[in-house]
Amino acid sequence: MPRLTVEDLKRIKEQHKAAFTVREGGARVKITVHMGTCGIAAGARRVMETLLSEINRQGLTDVIVTTSGCAGLCSKEPMATVEVSKEAPVKYVQLDEEKIKRILLEHINQGKVVEEFALVTGNETAI
Amino acid sequence: MDKYRCNVMLCGGTGCSAGGSLKIKEALQQGLKERGMEDEVNIQLTSCNGFCPQGPIMIIYPDDVLYQKVSPKDVTAIIEEHLIKGRPVERLLYKEPAKKQSIPTVKDIPFFNKQVLRALKNKGLIDPENIDEYIARDGYQAAAKALLEMTPEEIIEVVKDSGLRGRGGAGALTGMKWQICAQSKAPEKFIVCNRSIIEVEPHLILEGMIIGARAIGASQGYIYVRSGAPIIIERLKKALTQAREYGLLGENILESGFNFDIELFMSSDEFVCGEETALLMSIQSMRGMPTPRPPFPAEKGLWDMPTVINTVETFANIPLIIQNGAQWFRSVGTEKSAGTKIFSLSGALNNTGLIEVPMGITLKSIIDDIGGGLIKGRRFKAVQVGGSTGGYIPEQYLDVPVTYEDVTQLDAIIGSGGIAVLSDLNCMVSSAKFTIEFAVDESCGKCPPCRIGTSVMLELLNKVTTGTATEEDIDLMEDLAFDIKTTSLCGLGQTAMNPVLSTIRFFREEYLEHINDKWCKAGVCKELCTFYIDKEKCIGCGACARICPKKAISGEKKKPHQIDQSSCIQCRSCYETCKFNALKIGPRRMREELMNSDIPENSTAEESSKEVAG
Ligand SMILES: Cc1cc2nc3c(=O)[nH]c(=O)nc-3n(C[C@H](O)[C@H](O)[C@H](O)COP(=O)(O)O)c2cc1C
Ligand code: SF4
Ligand code: SF4
Ligand code: SF4
Ligand code: FES
Repeated sequence: MPRLTVEDLKRIKEQHKAAFTVREGGARVKITVHMGTCGIAAGARRVMETLLSEINRQGLTDVIVTTSGCAGLCSKEPMATVEVSKEAPVKYVQLDEEKIKRILLEHINQGKVVEEFALVTGNETAI
Repeated sequence: MDKYRCNVMLCGGTGCSAGGSLKIKEALQQGLKERGMEDEVNIQLTSCNGFCPQGPIMIIYPDDVLYQKVSPKDVTAIIEEHLIKGRPVERLLYKEPAKKQSIPTVKDIPFFNKQVLRALKNKGLIDPENIDEYIARDGYQAAAKALLEMTPEEIIEVVKDSGLRGRGGAGALTGMKWQICAQSKAPEKFIVCNRSIIEVEPHLILEGMIIGARAIGASQGYIYVRSGAPIIIERLKKALTQAREYGLLGENILESGFNFDIELFMSSDEFVCGEETALLMSIQSMRGMPTPRPPFPAEKGLWDMPTVINTVETFANIPLIIQNGAQWFRSVGTEKSAGTKIFSLSGALNNTGLIEVPMGITLKSIIDDIGGGLIKGRRFKAVQVGGSTGGYIPEQYLDVPVTYEDVTQLDAIIGSGGIAVLSDLNCMVSSAKFTIEFAVDESCGKCPPCRIGTSVMLELLNKVTTGTATEEDIDLMEDLAFDIKTTSLCGLGQTAMNPVLSTIRFFREEYLEHINDKWCKAGVCKELCTFYIDKEKCIGCGACARICPKKAISGEKKKPHQIDQSSCIQCRSCYETCKFNALKIGPRRMREELMNSDIPENSTAEESSKEVAG
């Protein structure tokens, strides 16, 4: 291991930012994937995996991903709720790998809700 | 660095490790692997969360959910319910004592949210064995600032301005101590970290010591560790290795031109070896006995060179002061007792453990808000402040702010930071006696007041607890305690009398009950109590009879029970068991009265032999 300089201290801190966003809170975006039995059957796990690997690949440090149980709309699974801080949550339905990638690109990175996959835009909060 | 959606922080402090954290970790890893989730969920061992009696503790982020008393068999439910479906596992959640309501998140549990975390800011949040995680939480930034941007004088000035006082003993001003050492023209200086039961991140100690070394001009430091703390020793060793690899210890630290290294020194188990002058002797391979001060270690310490000795918690505050400034440090606490203090909270409370609170907080707030009040059925009697040699404070002073000055006024000390709550089940005379027994055992024998005085004191207290003392003995004890306190060489003799002095001062009537009525109302002094059953109140549930180790209690179901006084050994188990307030503690004379008069209708002996047979 090399001897550190002050710049190295900053670099190490930066590298671990993502982990501490998860632990300390204060993320800009929270994505909740609904993982009830119905959701898992419909492919929620694949959606989750795609989401995580994309977040990793793009090095996003201010996005956290959590899970919740069945959202009560089994026919529309897999579902995910996207909450950008200070904005109303958006529920996306009947997701697959390609759709979640587009949501990540357009909604999370560019700030535009992907209306065609969205269920409702309301002030309900995912638990 | 892989991003995990979820971080499972498993407490790896001493308590939780003993409770099986490692087994839980293995079970979790196994379970996640089976479900192909090992890249989604990160499992991390952390340092002590301070909630040890409820351990093993697990906190899951980002949900901030705390699980207590976790065991490997809970792992499946945690994965299936929480990690997959996002639903907390109800039965493992912390329950509010009074309402029995679950509180899932750490931020809502009063034990945690009433604390102010500074020295413990990383507790439960980082892996204590990974220097990168410490750096990620601003670690070593203060060392960099102190080494590259500040002069030694500036460091000392900030520490002085902060008002930081030593957290391990008498509360000496840390900045003053450093200044005395720094101003000496001696060719060499040393810095020592004294042992502690408090578990903080190892790197926080190293960073505090690096800054201190720079301030006083030391190139060698020592950490005095308790030999009976293998986990802490292991972590410190790893931390030292990592810090050296990163060039944070050794030569030319952070390219500043400053050289400094630290060595671990295993302490002996003797209590007195934590006293600073005795500590110096033992590092120099001599018998750990205190020496007179002055000269103070800051003037003449290790190998006669100026030496700064601070405790773990003092060093843990240093990086924060350097980074945030003296005014920030003073933003909590009082004028003369600035900042926070870590206490080990124990006794008859709902929540116990290691806590960090602002100085100046009242004892009442510590007991009620953080401690969650007394456990069900118990009444508050006293609170001992300052660890084993701390004084006992009664209920009427619970509004007193916890500061160095206020606590000393009440014959208590901040000392090692122990706070123990005593209830109606504690006898104050016996509690004082316990400390004196400790002092007799731990006295190094160097000075007569402590060596001889503590033994004489123990004899006097024994007279009280066995009912052979007179009222004059109380005055004798007070005088003797005062003499020992004022003439002993070191803090052991000087503080060991606090429990005697404070109990005589605040609980004199309890001494008088022992002496005149031969009555220990708490049922602790076996020779001064009689256990009996109030026939009016007893519903005959039989709980006491089942618990009695001597089968001394008998009675028909749903009829009042009675105690056979000749078999009773005054163990108090029955008293603690009865839920109907039917078990009573009377004075010694009742025993004979009961044995002679009150012969029960149905013979007790017959009844109890039936029970044994059945
Ligand atoms: C009998 C006795 C035992 C002590 N044991 C310890 C100890 O184990 N750890 C400790 O930090 N201080 C202990 N102290 C206090 C030290 O002598 C010393 O005051 C303290 O370490 C100084 O650090 P501080 O200025 O940071 O508080 C003890 C004092 C006495 C009188
Ligand atoms: S006060 Fe007690 S422990 Fe301290 S030096 Fe004297 S005899 Fe030893
Ligand atoms: S526990 Fe109490 S109520 Fe029950 S039998 Fe014993 S004294 Fe009576
Ligand atoms: S004090 Fe102990 S020995 Fe005596 S009656 Fe109660 S339980 Fe039995
Ligand atoms: S060791 Fe886990 S809470 Fe203290």
